[in-house]
Amino acid sequence: MSPLPLAALSGPFAVSLNAYLYLAAVLFAVGFFGVLLRKNTLVIYMCLELMLVASTVALVAFSRYNGVLDGNVFVFFILTVAAAEVAVGLAIIVALFRRRQTVQVEELNALKN
Amino acid sequence: MSDLLFHLFALLSVACALGVVFNKNAVASALCFLLSLVGVAGLFVLLDAFLLAVLLVLVYAGAVVALFLFIIMLLDMQGGDRKRFTKATLLSSTVAAGLLVTGLVSFASHGLVETADPATVKVVGSSLRAYAEQLFTVYLLPVQIVGFLLLIAMLGVIVLSKKFEGLEDVK
Repeated sequence: MSPLPLAALSGPFAVSLNAYLYLAAVLFAVGFFGVLLRKNTLVIYMCLELMLVASTVALVAFSRYNGVLDGNVFVFFILTVAAAEVAVGLAIIVALFRRRQTVQVEELNALKN
Repeated sequence: MSDLLFHLFALLSVACALGVVFNKNAVASALCFLLSLVGVAGLFVLLDAFLLAVLLVLVYAGAVVALFLFIIMLLDMQGGDRKRFTKATLLSSTVAAGLLVTGLVSFASHGLVETADPATVKVVGSSLRAYAEQLFTVYLLPVQIVGFLLLIAMLGVIVLSKKFEGLEDVK
């Protein structure tokens, strides 16, 4: 199994696992922040996807630093499920918009009280 | 070199993630999301997961962001002069996200066992062959299930986007 030429790019590894974990934590928190902050359902949904991507960074980093493939395969499945999830979620948002003519969460209060 | 690239891609992904959150225009948010994904794909390349980097760009940047842009265009909601958020939401979500960061960082810095130097760890994620071996032996059942999931999701989307007569609004 010869290494790919791109592998030369990585070179000597100076970045620690913790750096990747901190980055994943920050990305996840930014997504979480957006979910809490924004009122447009589509932007909230994008921030949810951001949180999912942040978790994949942590998985790939764990996998690389432990020399196993399981994390990478798991990310593979996450990508597949995310694609299905986005399709269904956006269809729901479109159906919601057809009914209520809005996608702003403060106006979607049919379950209130 | 790798250090510099890590910081570059990390900065790109986090800055563009903040762009997703704070952009007034939903289309600009979606494009920021795209750039953020490019940053994450660069990180995957640094972690020797070339297949996942390509898949991330293909599936997320290609399909998902395009789908988001289509829906934004379809629903045509530019928001007008509506306020994006109130001060109270800004304060409370900042506190919540700050607590989350503190928790995750303290978890990562206290609870970790020291891993080996990655230069000595064998790179297993860089070849397509390794993935194929795993996917068609150990993970064969999950692959089948995910295939069915995609089929069911496709059928669900078709059903959801159909117009049903006689269903009244729940105002």
